Amino acid sequence: MAMISADNRGLRLATRYAVLVLIALIFIFPLVFMVMSSLKPDQQLLQDSGSLRAFLPVGDISLSNYFAAFQRAPVGTFVFNSVLVTGVTVVLSLLVCSAAAFAFVFVGWKGRDVLLSILLATLILPFETIAIPLLMMVAHLPWLGMDGLTWGWLNSYRVQIVPFIADGLTVFLFVQYFKDLPGELIEAARVEGASWFQIYRRIVMPLSGPILATAAILKFLVMYNQYLWPLMVTQAEGYRPVMVGLQYFFQLNVAWGEVMAYLSLITVPVLAFYLYLQKAFIASIASTGVKG
Amino acid sequence: MARISLKNVRKSYGATHVIKGVDIEIEDGEFCVFVGPSGCGKSTLLRMIAGLEDITSGELRIGETLVNDLPPKDRGVAMVFQSYAIFPHMTVCENVAFGLTIAGASKEEKEAKVAEAARILQMEHLLDRRPSQLSGGQRQRVAIGRAIVRKPQVFLFDEPLSNLDAALRMDMRMEIGRLHQQLGASMIYVTHDQVEAMTLADKIVVLKDGQVMQIGAPMDLYHDPANLFVAGFLGAPSMNFVKVTVQGVNGNKVLVSNAALDPVEVSGKRGPFKVGDQAILGLRPQYLSVAEGAGRLHGSVALTERLGSETVVEVTLKDGSPLIAALSHDAVFDIGSQMNLEFDPAQAHLFPEDGTATSSRH
Ligand SMILES: Nc1ncnc2c1ncn2[C@@H]1O[C@H](COP(=O)(O)OP(=O)(O)OP(=O)(O)O)[C@@H](O)[C@H]1O
Ligand SMILES: [Mg+2]
Repeated sequence: MAMISADNRGLRLATRYAVLVLIALIFIFPLVFMVMSSLKPDQQLLQDSGSLRAFLPVGDISLSNYFAAFQRAPVGTFVFNSVLVTGVTVVLSLLVCSAAAFAFVFVGWKGRDVLLSILLATLILPFETIAIPLLMMVAHLPWLGMDGLTWGWLNSYRVQIVPFIADGLTVFLFVQYFKDLPGELIEAARVEGASWFQIYRRIVMPLSGPILATAAILKFLVMYNQYLWPLMVTQAEGYRPVMVGLQYFFQLNVAWGEVMAYLSLITVPVLAFYLYLQKAFIASIASTGVKG
Repeated sequence: MARISLKNVRKSYGATHVIKGVDIEIEDGEFCVFVGPSGCGKSTLLRMIAGLEDITSGELRIGETLVNDLPPKDRGVAMVFQSYAIFPHMTVCENVAFGLTIAGASKEEKEAKVAEAARILQMEHLLDRRPSQLSGGQRQRVAIGRAIVRKPQVFLFDEPLSNLDAALRMDMRMEIGRLHQQLGASMIYVTHDQVEAMTLADKIVVLKDGQVMQIGAPMDLYHDPANLFVAGFLGAPSMNFVKVTVQGVNGNKVLVSNAALDPVEVSGKRGPFKVGDQAILGLRPQYLSVAEGAGRLHGSVALTERLGSETVVEVTLKDGSPLIAALSHDAVFDIGSQMNLEFDPAQAHLFPEDGTATSSRH
């Protein structure tokens, strides 16, 4: 009996691992293909793509596609712009949206239920429907900066950041998470004399590690993948992000090796961010003991 | 200084009335216990005093101040929750010091006060731990430590012991009693455990359906319940209620009887009663004894439970109704045998049939 059940368990484990490995491979093959292709000259790249060689660093391997990509487009500027816009938006968005959710969940005030449902209703609006009105608006907004009061936000970082700080989905994620926090913790803090801000900073935020990580990842992906909006609001190369930069590689004759090199380069920040958050995510679960 | 006074306090959630006009006075330094069945509004009342629920109408004063509209932090109260509500991301020390940190106390002050609280609660060795590394009883100590460290005027406890096992509950009960004597602050304590209520309280408030049934010292409530509800709620096993008919009224005295009860004269102060009325005679099981002679109550033994120091006998009275007698000695009875019981008429309580004539209306 014992033997059979042990065998069974081994078999089941093996099957499970096999399936997981298969899924992992499906996810990782395109990435491997991308990196390998970026190392090959165009002609070999196209030949290899029909066989398994596409996933192997064989043949004429070099970094020349990378040098060419840097020649063709200001890759550094694009990556810098994207990282800056994405980073600032993610941080501000987490702050603003979690504070809003905090007010919706913990602070009692007139009309909050109505306002929350209106906010949630905005989730069903695709961005494309508000893109044009938003464009007309940002084209005329004032800004008080280094060189005094100016009008119109086009060709700037702020036009890529500000409209995306507050968003319904992020607020909704925080609202759902906050609702599951034990209410007595917040009440205990209130009785102990904490102000709303102190409760937010000292109690709620330290217990929100998992949802901060989740919201950050989602926001990061949205921001890093921005294409339509920056295309509309930035004409100057100096403010354009990576996805708009991809255009530089699809002109008269497409150099696939360079495309792959460019894509490999712009994937690096995403992977770095993901690995960082994964660590932070696990650490926060371990230290708070909330939601084991 | 920290008198607490509630005047005609009410609470409604929309059309649901949860607290229906409550008047309570709690003296400075008093230990006041709210008891009542589940859902009667004990927690709601406590949370209104803490400032966590707003007051629909009426007046709530702490000291001389009307606090109806003050936020919790300005009321000078500390509260211990049923779930302990200690902050999982802070050490025990940080938890206990939380209120002081918020108030901007210096490091030295915090250390001194936390050390004192830890000494009082015997948890010096726990200060560096995280809540997840504590047992239930230890968490409870942390919650109490957090409450006492600020030296508030008023302590509020909402069923603080209900998540502990029986032995620990008894220890902590005594500890809370000791704490009250040491600190001398006013305490309001919510429970539905009548042992906690009887042993800890200077004053018990019995609540039912958002209304006060009776307020008084534990022994006053036990020996002189104002109505059937209080009579049945306090004491274990609970009071027997025997249906009787009024045979005669003589000033303050009322003569009652039924098929199983020989005519007996008892106090009629919960009246008024008149001849021919149906009434309820309340008899505590502990005050019943086996009669030497003919006795007053007649029935037969239905069941006995021998507990060693005590024998609980379930008797079926002649009119078929059940009755419990708790005899303070070990005794053996044959099931079905005839039993005559005796009691002191001064220890019997006569109530009008609806039982609530002396309390407020519904
Ligand atoms: N937000 C609310 N909306 C409507 N009714 C409520 C609300 N909160 C509490 N109640 C009702 O108020 C009544 C009193 O609740 P409360 O929690 O004070 O009872 P309790 O005496 O503490 O009971 P327990 O012993 O079970 O803790 C209950 O009937 C409950 O259903
Ligand atoms: Mg309760």
